[in-house]
Amino acid sequence: MPEPAQPSRRNLLQALTAGVFLYACPFAPTWASSIAARSPAPDFTRSSITNHTPVHLRAFRGKVVLINFWATWCGPCLAEIPQLVTWQNRYRAQGLQILGISMDDSSRAALDWVHRLSINYPVVMSDPRLSLLYGGILGLPVSFLVDRAGVVQRRYEGSIAGSQTEQELVRMLRQSSAKP
Amino acid sequence: MSTQHTRRNFLLHTPVALGAIALALDTSRLQAESATTIPSSALLEPAFVNAQLQRSHAAPWKILQVGFHSMFDQKHIRGAMYAGPGSQPDGLALLRQTVQAWPHTQPILLYCGCCPWTHCPNIAPAWDQLQAMRFSSVKVLRIDNNFGADWADKGYPVA
Repeated sequence: MPEPAQPSRRNLLQALTAGVFLYACPFAPTWASSIAARSPAPDFTRSSITNHTPVHLRAFRGKVVLINFWATWCGPCLAEIPQLVTWQNRYRAQGLQILGISMDDSSRAALDWVHRLSINYPVVMSDPRLSLLYGGILGLPVSFLVDRAGVVQRRYEGSIAGSQTEQELVRMLRQSSAKP
Repeated sequence: MSTQHTRRNFLLHTPVALGAIALALDTSRLQAESATTIPSSALLEPAFVNAQLQRSHAAPWKILQVGFHSMFDQKHIRGAMYAGPGSQPDGLALLRQTVQAWPHTQPILLYCGCCPWTHCPNIAPAWDQLQAMRFSSVKVLRIDNNFGADWADKGYPVA
């Protein structure tokens, strides 16, 4: 059995140079664009703030997942959540799963709004690590549309409570369900 | 339609309608405290602030982030201090504590960037607080969309 190829000193030097360049270069992939569309959605597990059960992103594989970063201090976030609640009801049977990630500093305020808005999908708390996984969440609302294979298809900055987003959702639910 | 049926509809729907009105009032409160109350003479654009920061090693202002910790922890303007969310009493208390030893002529730059400019709940109360404390050289970074899009993604200095 042949030995696995050893990296040459030149290859190591090239890798090191590339690493230093990417670290220092101002044109390296930016904060917000570092999670690209059509890349696997970074997996995570966090506790639901309503019942403290673990919520695994991976467990939703096979569904179309809409991940919504929000916070109670974000007016546009609160304004769009009733629409998300409607979508969750309307498209649950077709395989839509919405997942809320609160950027609040504590879960108490988030839980209060979960009840006030009758949120009907799991909500977990974010933390710097989770925000980093999704490319940095430096403004709200931000949402990600993940297909049934667990691949990020869209990143939305700003409100998504419009008919265009719903059309994209429906299209993805139909396309995905048509696959074998 | 019977009177009894009408009364039942009224009893069923009134709490829902009242709840919706209460929710609308609550969310509109966030808009009412929006940044649009800050005079335009106090506003600075991101490109201008970036140019100033690039020009000299020492920033011309003390830079205070008056938004949320979850945002500051991820990234903030290089050299900025965290001064608490202006929309909350605890945040304003931290802001007062941060600036209390500074001379009233100290140039200060406030920023948040948690939300689109007209929806930011923090920046106007923080501005009002410093006005009430008679700080005479306060500027505000106008962030139209959010800190990510209008600052970090442009390659401006962050830590």
